[in-house]
Amino acid sequence: MISTFANPARFMAFSAWATPIFGALAAVLFVVGLPWAFQFSPADYQQGETVRIMYVHVPAAWMSLIAYATMGGASFVSLVWRHALADVAARAAAPIGATFAAICLITGSIWGAPTWGTWWEWDGRLTSMLVLFLIYLGYIALWTAVDDEEKAGRFAAILCLVGLINLPIIKFSVDWWSTLHQRSIFQGSSMSVDPSMVGPLMTMFGAYAALFAALLLVSMRAAINRRRVEAQRLRSAQ
Amino acid sequence: MSALSATFKRDLALAWSAGGGALAPVGYFFGATTLVPLAMGAERALLAAAGPPLVWIAAALAILAMLERLFQADIEDGSLEQMLLSPASLEMIVLVKGAALWVAVGLPLALASAPAAIALQAPLHLIPAIVASVALGSAAFIGMGLVGAAIAAGVKRAGVLIALIVLPFFAPPIIFGAAVAAGAGFGGPFLILAGCAAASIAIGPIAAAAALRLHAE
Repeated sequence: MISTFANPARFMAFSAWATPIFGALAAVLFVVGLPWAFQFSPADYQQGETVRIMYVHVPAAWMSLIAYATMGGASFVSLVWRHALADVAARAAAPIGATFAAICLITGSIWGAPTWGTWWEWDGRLTSMLVLFLIYLGYIALWTAVDDEEKAGRFAAILCLVGLINLPIIKFSVDWWSTLHQRSIFQGSSMSVDPSMVGPLMTMFGAYAALFAALLLVSMRAAINRRRVEAQRLRSAQ
Repeated sequence: MSALSATFKRDLALAWSAGGGALAPVGYFFGATTLVPLAMGAERALLAAAGPPLVWIAAALAILAMLERLFQADIEDGSLEQMLLSPASLEMIVLVKGAALWVAVGLPLALASAPAAIALQAPLHLIPAIVASVALGSAAFIGMGLVGAAIAAGVKRAGVLIALIVLPFFAPPIIFGAAVAAGAGFGGPFLILAGCAAASIAIGPIAAAAALRLHAE
């Protein structure tokens, strides 16, 4: 599996048809999920209509974590097997994950203003998401700071794995530190939101996930094409 | 073993001799803690409530300021190649360099945190716990700092990059260390802080050594 996609030519062939499929899937799920979330799902008995921010906010939080996990997996592959494509994947996932984290922070802030009465609270979950966002920024900055792209990829992979080990520690420490945010939606086997909200929430999550996959593939294709153009230029300059 | 003890002595000598020695980070630390009451106002009750944990911010910044040159000189003058050739593993050498930094900077900072915390109206019975916690916390900072310093060595504007990389990882020690300073003393947060220090001492040298090997290629 890993070695199959390590070949850029094979990856380009695969992503040429996978990218539009993921893009179309994301579009369909958004077309279903957005009206479902914003119009046809019930308002909350306590929060009223503001609960609808959840459908934008919660999947963004999940996806920012999934994007980091993707980067962690790609970084591991890059360090152990030195697949160039894994570096490309990790680099491409970072700005997308950072954007999801930013969406999560911004919508959380908008959600917090009417329900908690504050735009920002130094609470465990908010703070750990903010720290994750900062880790993303450091990671992206590292890629741009090192000139040699291959070296930059391996430095970034080391940083990403150290971050992967540290994320649970950071999460645990800020949870211990202070907490206002509601608990996770998943409580044991049951979910703490009303069953009528699970459908639109999961649809939106699917839409975000498909969007992430499509954007990741587009960004990876762009990076590979850029490398090819650069290689061609070097050849023609000789 | 001699390679490790030689590295320790060399790094300690370098840290004590160059640029004001151990006095420079301690002076930095006192400067930063002096700014706290200037910014907050010198009212006793307010300082007693918010001041002591700010000792931790100053200590973190003082350590951060020491990281930029940690591996830079070794790469420039060829010491890194010698370290790679030495029979001792690079991970152990990095660990020893971190230990030397801790002795040269971390311990003086821990001692300096006593007068700084007293000046910021910390209750006297907390002072032993604050000193011990800053000693542990600086070990945690240095452990994570090794990674940032190793990655950013030789990069343009390394200082800013190190801060950006390392500061998010300072969150756990800051949280538990500030809890010690805010009144928890030698209780649970102190023990978790010790765990943070142990974890970052275990992870830091391995990741830092991996990054240094890349520099040598």
